[in-house]
Amino acid sequence: MDNATLVSRIQFAFTVAFHYLFPQLTMGLALLLLILKTLYLLRKDERYNTAARFWARIFAISFVMGVVTGIPMEFQFGTNWARFSAFAGGIIAQTLAMEGAFAFFLESAFLGIFLFGEQVFGQKMHWFSAFMVWLGTWLSGAFIIASNAWMQHPVGYTVGSHGQLILSNYWAVLFNPWIGPQYLHTMSGSVITASFAMAGLGAYYLLAQQHSDYGRLFVTLAVIVGLIASIIQLYPSGDMEGRQVTVYQPIKLAAMEGLFHTEAGAGIIVIGQPDPTKGTLDNPFIVPNVLSFLTYRRWTAVVKGLDAFPRIQWPDTITLLYYSYHIMVGLGTFFIVIMGLACILLWRRWLFRSRWMLWILLLATPFPFIANTAGWFTTELGRQPWIVYGLLRTSQGTTLLSSGNVVFTLLGFMGMYLLLSLLYVVLVIYEALRGPVVEETPVPTGPKGQTAFSDELL
Amino acid sequence: MPTLWFILVAFMLSVYVLLDGFDLGAGVIHLFAAKTNQERRAILQAIGPVWDGNEVWLIAAGGTLFFSFPVLYASSFGGFYLPLIIVLWLLILRGVAIELRSHIQNPLWTSFWDAAFFLGSTLLVIFYGAALGNVVRGVPLDKQGHFFEGLWTNFDPFSLSPGILDWYTILIALLALVTLTAHGANFIAVKTEDPLNARCRRISRQAWLATVVLAVGATVATFFVQPQMRIGYDSRPWGVIFPIIALGGLIGMGYYNSRQRDRAAFLASSAFILGMLISTAFGLYPDVLPAVTPANSLTVTNASTSQYGLVVGLAWWSFGMVLAIIYFVFIYRLFRGKVQVMDRGGY
Repeated sequence: MDNATLVSRIQFAFTVAFHYLFPQLTMGLALLLLILKTLYLLRKDERYNTAARFWARIFAISFVMGVVTGIPMEFQFGTNWARFSAFAGGIIAQTLAMEGAFAFFLESAFLGIFLFGEQVFGQKMHWFSAFMVWLGTWLSGAFIIASNAWMQHPVGYTVGSHGQLILSNYWAVLFNPWIGPQYLHTMSGSVITASFAMAGLGAYYLLAQQHSDYGRLFVTLAVIVGLIASIIQLYPSGDMEGRQVTVYQPIKLAAMEGLFHTEAGAGIIVIGQPDPTKGTLDNPFIVPNVLSFLTYRRWTAVVKGLDAFPRIQWPDTITLLYYSYHIMVGLGTFFIVIMGLACILLWRRWLFRSRWMLWILLLATPFPFIANTAGWFTTELGRQPWIVYGLLRTSQGTTLLSSGNVVFTLLGFMGMYLLLSLLYVVLVIYEALRGPVVEETPVPTGPKGQTAFSDELL
Repeated sequence: MPTLWFILVAFMLSVYVLLDGFDLGAGVIHLFAAKTNQERRAILQAIGPVWDGNEVWLIAAGGTLFFSFPVLYASSFGGFYLPLIIVLWLLILRGVAIELRSHIQNPLWTSFWDAAFFLGSTLLVIFYGAALGNVVRGVPLDKQGHFFEGLWTNFDPFSLSPGILDWYTILIALLALVTLTAHGANFIAVKTEDPLNARCRRISRQAWLATVVLAVGATVATFFVQPQMRIGYDSRPWGVIFPIIALGGLIGMGYYNSRQRDRAAFLASSAFILGMLISTAFGLYPDVLPAVTPANSLTVTNASTSQYGLVVGLAWWSFGMVLAIIYFVFIYRLFRGKVQVMDRGGY
C-alpha cells in the first residue's frame, strides 16, 4: 500500500470520526428536544420550555460544528477518492445527493425558526419547527446509512462500458436489506449519546445542588429514554447487525471476533489480546458455544475462522478491528447496566439522593461517544480491503495524488479540528455552568411585544 | 438528458452563488459597514436565519454534480484538490464565526469572531472566483481525464501547465469579490435601517463602480483566454440574452442604488450574478470542463452517468426541489422586514 493511500485513509477516518461526534449528539438531542416541547405543550409547565431552550443552545453549537465538519466529507469523496467516485458515483452519489436535497434543506430551514422564532411565531410553530428539525436530522442519517450500506452490500447495479458501475435498480438501492439493521443501530446509538449527555449534566446539577429542578427533569427523561435505546442497541439492532455480517461478510465477523480458526461450537472471546502472526490470543477469557448461537442460533454451528479465507481478502488491521468491536460491545453492555440501575433507583425514588449513582451517570457521559466511534471503526475497518465490498479494493479507489499534498491537508484538518474541539468544550461547559436560565425573549421583539419586523417584503 | 442535467447543475450552482453570495458579501462588508456591537449583531441577525440553508445549496449542488456527472466530479475534485480543501477550511472558519460570536459576551471574543467572519468570507469569495476562472480557462486534463494543479506555476493562463492562480483567475477572483461585496451590501441595506443602511448604500455604490470596470475587463480577457466561448456564442447566437440580462442587472445596480431603492438594487445584483454565471455556462457548453489540450476536454456526453440514473434522479430531484423552494419561500417570508437588535439574545 503506497504512502498516499495510507494518508488518504487516515485523513478520511480522522475527519469522519471527528465529524460524527457531533451528529451522534444532535440527532438524539433533536428527539429529546421534541419530547420536551411536546411535554411543554401538553402539561403547560414553563420548566419544560426553559429546559428546551437551554438544550437548544447546546444543540446549536453542536449542530454548526456538525455542519462545518460535515461539508468536508461530501467533498472528500472527490478529492481523495476520485477513482472510487468515478467507479461508484452513479449509484452512491444518488443517496448522497438525496441527503442534500431532502434532509439538509429541511433541517436548516426549520432550524432557523427553532433558534430564532419562538417568541415571534408562537409555540405551535415552534413545536412544528422542532419536529421538522428532528425529521431532517433523522432523514440525513437515513441517507448516509443508505450510502454506507451500499458500500458494504452493493445492490442494484450493472457494469458499464468503461468498467464503471451504473445504476440499474433505484429501489433496490433505497431498500437495500443492509439498511434496516444498520439504521436502527446507528440511530439508537445516537439516542444513547444524547441520553447520557442529558443524564450526565442532570447528575452534575444534582450533585452540585444547582438548578435542582432541572437536574431532576434531565435525569428522569434521560435515563428512561437511555435505557430503551441501550436495550435496542443490543437487541434487536445489534443482533441483526451481527447476523447480517455473518451471512454477507464472514471474514469481517471472524476478524472482529478474533476467531482465527474455524470451529464448531465457537465460543465468544470476552477479553484477550490477539496475535495475528501466530493466530492466538493472550490471556483469553472465552465463553463456550456463545458465538455459534449468536450467529446461527445453534450452539454447535460451524463458524468460519480467518484461516478459511485467502489472506488477500483479510482486513489489514485485525487487531484494531478486534478492539474496536470489543470496546463497542463492552461499553454497550455497561450502558444497559448503568441505565438499568438508574431506572430501578428512579422507580424506587432513590435516584436523586444516590450520590454514587449520580457520579456514575456524570462520569459515563463521554463513553457513548467512544462506543459509537468504535462501532464505526468496526464496520469500516472490517470492510477492508474493500471500498465497495467484493467489487473495488480500497487501494484502487484513491485519487492519484502525491503524499506531500495529502499530508499537508491532513495536518491542516488536524490542527483546525484540535482548535474546534477546544472551542466546543469551552463553550459547552460555559453553557452548562450557566444552566437553564429563565430569561426574557431570546429574539428581538418590538416595544409592544409583537413582532419587530415591519411589513416590508424582502 | 445530459444536457438537461448540465442546465440543472448550473442552475443549482448559480442559486448557491446568489444566496450564499449575500452571506459572504455581508462578511466582506462586516467590519466596514458596522461600527458598533449593535450594528455588527444586526448584520449577523440579518443573515442568521438563512445562511445555513443558503450554504446547503452548495452541498446539494455538489451531490447533484456527483451523481449526474461522476467523471467530472472525480476529475475536478481530484485536480482542484488544494483549493477545494482550503475552501473547506474557510467554510469552517466562516460558519463557526457566525455561530459562536454570540455565545460569550466579551469584547475580545466578539472582535475576534468579527475578524474571522470577515477573513473567512473574503477569502472564500476570492477562491470561488479563482475556481470559476480555472473552469473557464481550462485545466491540464490528460487522456485518462486526470489532472492536478498546484496553487501556482508561472501565473500565465496560456501555459500548458497552469496553476490555480494566474493573472486571469486572479482577475475573475477580484470581479467576484467586488460583485458579492455589492450584492451583500444590497441585502444588508434591505434588512437594516440607518446608519447601517446608509453605509451599505455607499459601499454598494463603490463596489458597483469597481464591478463595472472589472466586468468589462474580465469579459474581454475571457474571449482571449478561452476561444471556446466565441464558438459557443457564434453557434448559438440566441444565447446573447444571458449577457443582456447580466448587463441589465449591472446597470440596474447603479441606477437603483442612486435612487435609494434597496430591494430593487438587490434584485439587480441578483440578475447580474445569474446572468454572468449562466452566460459562462452557456458559452462553455457542451464542455463541462475544458482542457488545455481541447481533445481531452470533459463534455456532457463523456462525463455523465447512465440514462437510467439521470432519469431516476430527475424524479426525486424535482420532488426535492419543489419542497426546498417551498421551505425557502416560507422562511424568507417569515423573516422578512428590517432586523431590530435588542440588548440580548439571538445573534
